[in-house]
Amino acid sequence: MPSIKLENISKYVCRDVSLEIFDRELLVLLGPNGAGKTTLVNIIAGLTDYKGSVLFDGVPVDGLPASKRGVGYLFQDLILFPHLDVAANIAYGLKAQKHPVSEIETRIDRLLRVMKIKHLSRRYPKHLSGGEKQRVALARALAPSPRVLLLDEPLSSLDAQTAKYLRTGLKQLQRRLGLTTVYVTHDLQEAEEMADRMAILEDGHLEQIARPEEILFYPGNEKVSDFIGAPNILDCDYCHSLGQGVMEVGCGGLSVVIPHDRDLVHRIAFFPRDVYISETRPPGPGVNRFKGTVAGIKLADDAVRIELKAGENSLLAEIPHHIFEDMDLAVGKEVFLILKLRRIRVYENRDL
Amino acid sequence: MKRLKQLKPGWGVLPVVIFLAIWEIVARLSLIPGQFFFPSFSTVVMEFYYLTANGVLGDNFLASLVRVLIGFCAGSVAGIAVGTVMGWRENINKALNPVISLFYPIPALGWLPLLMLWIGINEALPITIVFICSFFPVLYNTVTGIKNVDKDYIQVARTLGASDVKILTTVVMPLALPNIFTGLRLEAGMAWRVIIAAEMVAIPTGIGALMMRAESLIRIDIIIVCLIVLAVMCLSFEKFFTYLEEKATARWR
Repeated sequence: MPSIKLENISKYVCRDVSLEIFDRELLVLLGPNGAGKTTLVNIIAGLTDYKGSVLFDGVPVDGLPASKRGVGYLFQDLILFPHLDVAANIAYGLKAQKHPVSEIETRIDRLLRVMKIKHLSRRYPKHLSGGEKQRVALARALAPSPRVLLLDEPLSSLDAQTAKYLRTGLKQLQRRLGLTTVYVTHDLQEAEEMADRMAILEDGHLEQIARPEEILFYPGNEKVSDFIGAPNILDCDYCHSLGQGVMEVGCGGLSVVIPHDRDLVHRIAFFPRDVYISETRPPGPGVNRFKGTVAGIKLADDAVRIELKAGENSLLAEIPHHIFEDMDLAVGKEVFLILKLRRIRVYENRDL
Repeated sequence: MKRLKQLKPGWGVLPVVIFLAIWEIVARLSLIPGQFFFPSFSTVVMEFYYLTANGVLGDNFLASLVRVLIGFCAGSVAGIAVGTVMGWRENINKALNPVISLFYPIPALGWLPLLMLWIGINEALPITIVFICSFFPVLYNTVTGIKNVDKDYIQVARTLGASDVKILTTVVMPLALPNIFTGLRLEAGMAWRVIIAAEMVAIPTGIGALMMRAESLIRIDIIIVCLIVLAVMCLSFEKFFTYLEEKATARWR
C-alpha cells in the first residue's frame, strides 16, 4: 500500500497544507466542522481540483481522475445506490473496472462473509439499518482492492453503541488488510480510538500531526489544546507503585493516585470536566482530593470555567451553569478538588 | 379486515355501475328534454357493437392508435435522448435551453396550421403533432430527473472506477427514471387528446374524424362511443406507464 504525501495543498478553506501519511498507517483528520477535513479527503480521492501536489508512493497523481487513483471512499452519508441490492452495490466497482465475472462473484462472496452481511445480499438499501448500511458501504469501498481507504465520518449517523462496535471492527479490518487509511472525524474520543496518528486541522490549517497521546500531553499550541478540551497537564516529579494496578505520582506538590502500574510516569492529564469542585471537605478517603484556591471564573456558553491554584499547579475545572449558580464561588475562595481516578490519562516516559 | 381488502378493487366499479344505471334510467324515462340528443347507455352499447361488427370503429381506432404509437414513441425517445444529453452536459443545456424554452409553451395544436402547410394533409401530420406533444414534456422531465440525481452518487461511482458513460447508464439514468416516467405517463394520455383534436380538424380518418362525421349526421350515440374509446385509451396508456414505472422502481423506492 502506498504512502500519501500532500504538498502545499490549497483549496477553499485549506491553505498550504502539507502532510504525509505512512504506508499502512491510519491517520485521523480531526477538526471542527468547516475545518477543511472533507476537502482534503476529496483532494486525495481526486474528486476536486486543487493547488499543490498529491503523491502516492512519491509519484504525483495530480493528473489522475478519481476513477484511476485506486482509492476506496466511504462517504459520510454512505451513499449506497438505492436502485441496486446489496450484492450489486458491492459489485459495482468491480464491474465498472471490468473484472471477470467469476472473480467478481468470489470477491463479493468473501466480502459478504467478512462483513457478516451474507443474509442481506438481495436486500435493497431502504430495507437496511444504519449499521448494515455502513458495512455494505465499507464492503463496496473495499471490493476493488483499493490502494488507499478514505473514511469521511463514516459512523456519524449511527447511535453511540453501534458506532463503537463498528469502530473496533473497522480498526481490526484496516490492520488486517494493511490499508493506508485516512479517517475523518470531529470526535476526539473516536479519533483516539482509531488513530495511529492524528492531524489537527483548524480553519484549513494543519495545526499539529502526531500520535494521539502526544497531542493530548503535548498540544502544539493553544488552538490544539482548546480543541481537544484544554486538558490539565501536570509533570510528574516522582512515582511509585501502590500495587493493585495503581500508582502514586507527585505533581507540583500534589500526590495523585492513578490507574497505572508500569514504566515511569512522565506526565498526567485530565480534562476540566473531570474535576469536581466542593465548597466543603468531601467525604470518603483523602485520595485525589486536594485543597485549592479559585484564581479566576470565566462564564462560557456551555459551562463555567474555574481557574484554580492547587499546590504549584494552575488547573482548570469546568462545571455546568446550574451547579455554579448553586455554589458561592468567588476569586480567592478556598475549595476542595476531586479528580476522577479513571479519567486521568497517563503518559509514560519514553522518547517522543 | 382481510376480506374487506380483498373486496376493495371491486368497490371502484360500483360508482361507474351507478352512473350507468342513472344514465339508462334518465334516458329511458325521457327526463331530459330533447331525447334525441341523449341516447341511453344501452343504445350506445348497441351502436358500439354495430360499429365494431362492421369494422368502422376498428379501422378508425387502428388509424389513431398507429399515429399515437409512432408519434409518441418517436417523441419520447427523442425527448429522453436530448434530455439526457442536456441534463448530463451543462454546456449543452445552456446552449439548447433558451431555444427549447421558446418552443415549449406553444400548445401542440398551435403547430397545426403551420404543419398543414409545411407537411400537407397526410399521415405525417398527426404523427408530427403527437411527436411535438410528447417531445417537450418528456425532455423537460428527463432533464429535471437527471439534474436532480444527488451528485454524491456520481462521486461514489467515480471513486469506484466508473467511466462517465458507465455512471450515466448505471447510476444517473436509473435514478432519473421516476421523473422520466412521470413525463411519459402524463404525455401518454395527452397524445390521445391531441390526436383526436388533430383528426377533427385536418385528417379524414381516425377516431376524431369519425366523431366529426357523426356530428354532421347528428349521431350522438356514435360520438359517445368515440368518447368512451378515447377515455379508455387515455386511461389505459397512463395505467400502462404507471405499471411500467412500478415494475422498474418499486423495489428500491
